[in-house]
Amino acid sequence: MRERDPRARTNTFDEVPFGYTPDEAREEAARCLQCRDAPCMNGCPVNIHIPKFIREIREGDFRAAIATIKQTNNLPAVCGRVCPQEVQCQAPCTLGRRFEPVAIGRLERFAADWESQHGVRVPEVAPPTGFRIAVVGSGPAGLTCAADLQREGHAVTVFEALHEPGGVLMYGIPEFRLPKRIVQGEIANLRKMGVAIEVNAVIGRTFTVDDLFTEGYEAVFIGTGAGLPQFLGIPGENFVGIYSANEFLTRVNLMRAYLFPDYDTPVKVGTTVAVVGGGNVAMDAARTALRLGAERVMILYRRTEAEMPARVEEVHHAKEEGVELHVLVNPVRFRGEGGRVVGVECLRMELGEPDGSGRRRPVPVPGSNFVLPVATVIVAIGNQPHPLVPRTTPGLRVAGGGTIWTDEEGATSREGVFAGGDIATGAATVISAMGAGKRSAAAIHRSLTHSHGRP
Amino acid sequence: MVNMIRAKQPLGPNVVELVVEAPRIAARARAGQFVVVRLHERGERIPLTLADWDPGRGTITLVVQMVGKSTRELGERFGIGDTIRDVVGPLGSPSAIRRYGTVVCVGGGVGIAPVYPIARALREEGNEVIAVVGARTKDLLLWLDRIAAVSSELHIATDDGTQGVKGVVTIPLQEVLTARKVAHVWAIGPAIMMKFCARTCQEFEVPVTVSLNAIMLDGTGMCGACRVEVGGETRFSCVDGPEFPGDLVNWDLLLSRLGTFTDEERYALERYVAARGGRL
Repeated sequence: MRERDPRARTNTFDEVPFGYTPDEAREEAARCLQCRDAPCMNGCPVNIHIPKFIREIREGDFRAAIATIKQTNNLPAVCGRVCPQEVQCQAPCTLGRRFEPVAIGRLERFAADWESQHGVRVPEVAPPTGFRIAVVGSGPAGLTCAADLQREGHAVTVFEALHEPGGVLMYGIPEFRLPKRIVQGEIANLRKMGVAIEVNAVIGRTFTVDDLFTEGYEAVFIGTGAGLPQFLGIPGENFVGIYSANEFLTRVNLMRAYLFPDYDTPVKVGTTVAVVGGGNVAMDAARTALRLGAERVMILYRRTEAEMPARVEEVHHAKEEGVELHVLVNPVRFRGEGGRVVGVECLRMELGEPDGSGRRRPVPVPGSNFVLPVATVIVAIGNQPHPLVPRTTPGLRVAGGGTIWTDEEGATSREGVFAGGDIATGAATVISAMGAGKRSAAAIHRSLTHSHGRP
Repeated sequence: MVNMIRAKQPLGPNVVELVVEAPRIAARARAGQFVVVRLHERGERIPLTLADWDPGRGTITLVVQMVGKSTRELGERFGIGDTIRDVVGPLGSPSAIRRYGTVVCVGGGVGIAPVYPIARALREEGNEVIAVVGARTKDLLLWLDRIAAVSSELHIATDDGTQGVKGVVTIPLQEVLTARKVAHVWAIGPAIMMKFCARTCQEFEVPVTVSLNAIMLDGTGMCGACRVEVGGETRFSCVDGPEFPGDLVNWDLLLSRLGTFTDEERYALERYVAARGGRL
């Protein structure tokens, strides 16, 4: 797929890959072997009928292709851009044994973008059932759950704490990877289906989950995500110039700080930036720092590139743009002058025995301390489940790591309360959150229609 | 209409009181909590401590010191009938209101307004409330009538001596702590004032609660911009606070972090003022 030139693109926040032309899409689709057992589908958390939509693209019936995708995936334009396809649908691709697997993600993106250019068909909604359902959080889990339930004819209201819906799709993932107009487009489609969205409503503060039941909602889905930033817990971490990735990315993405002073929210990066972590968020932060004018951006990661949890494409794009990967390196303290960070002291690591995650555990090399001079640090070592709803909802069982306990269908320990996405699993992917939103929507629909004896 | 400004009046030079329609927030607000407002599509999110609220009318009251671009804009360009784009809350953990006995509530400058609902709640709970308020000069004192209505004594200090004793609030605070057996002190105002109030209370071994005005972005615990050190632990002012034991706060860190965006704030203000054809 054609992309913006690596040097030129670091001056803008425009999306990096251009997307396929119709001819390119049909050519890529023609590579698909149309395997009868469709191993790709097993790799998809929402079970898109992949061979079917690819065949439709090959035949040039793009309208049919997007309809096939949308049977199971409400946010194809998003998933085509941010799913880790190389470990999901594309990993079991038969072609991949000898050649490049079919670029399923890019084809999905193509179909979604084609539709947005040629007129989006709003999914049909069943006749009203009279049931009211509250969805807490408007990230991937909440939006998916809301769409599926509205389609069944229920009246869904989504409550969002921030001033714009979209959750991590708006505040977390940068414009150059997921243009905000795409998220806004998906949300507009949801509204057209009849979903109500209330912003500036912090469940746990403005209302509680119990208030929602008092107000007449018959079921509540909690998809509040993993919004609590983790810090390293090392000396000097509160110096000025050290951001959590959440703060840094929220300033830039949600608040448009890259357009300061035309937008009011500022952000500051110095000439040298260190980003701690090896996931997608770390890559997003590093590439964002480059675009804000940093001259040198270093990723500090305690394992090696092979263990990085980021999508291969994100690491590739980051390196292409000039981000330096410093692997087997672990920060142990920050150095400051006058309250501002000026350096990060690190230890070199080596890989030891495999740990619980199956990855080889990084072990510090004694006495290997060294100092990197930096003006800005972005800590991107993960997020924990947001604690506000669990803390303010009596009877809601909390599992390990602050997640809300659920069964396989997303039912929590409270009757009528379901949860899914990062709040129930800990930080994971957009698509797994969407899968959870779907499962809960199905379970909520079943429980409401069964227990009340209505359709 | 929600978020519409219902009343507005100046309380002194560069200080304005706004009554905003926000029924959901008014219904749930408790002393010590705050809201985050965003003026318009391009606005930043600014935290403002609730100065008052009226669940019956569905309104909240904000007292705003016009120090930066956004607060100047709110005070100068938003009038009665205008709508603030976003108002979210109530945020933060409420004050620990219970029966202490005799308490002192200290308010400095615009900090007098947010200490008022705390004093009122403490009094309703059966405490004897002694109020100490201060400002640089007489014109900057505000809400004295309201504070007087919920306290048994009102002590006033101004830096220039134009009203009450000449000097800072710690002077009357010391006098009260010397003369009376005080169970707890609240202090709200500029960071430097709270720091010295905390020091005074420590000398008298009286517990002190302060309300920290750290830089915030979302205000719901997602970004960590507002992190402060309390008793050597990192805490988020937006969800763990904004109130903390004053004797345990790392004030130097708070002051230094408050200066994170000083250059940008000054630039934004200069640009705003120039666009309005004025001077700073």
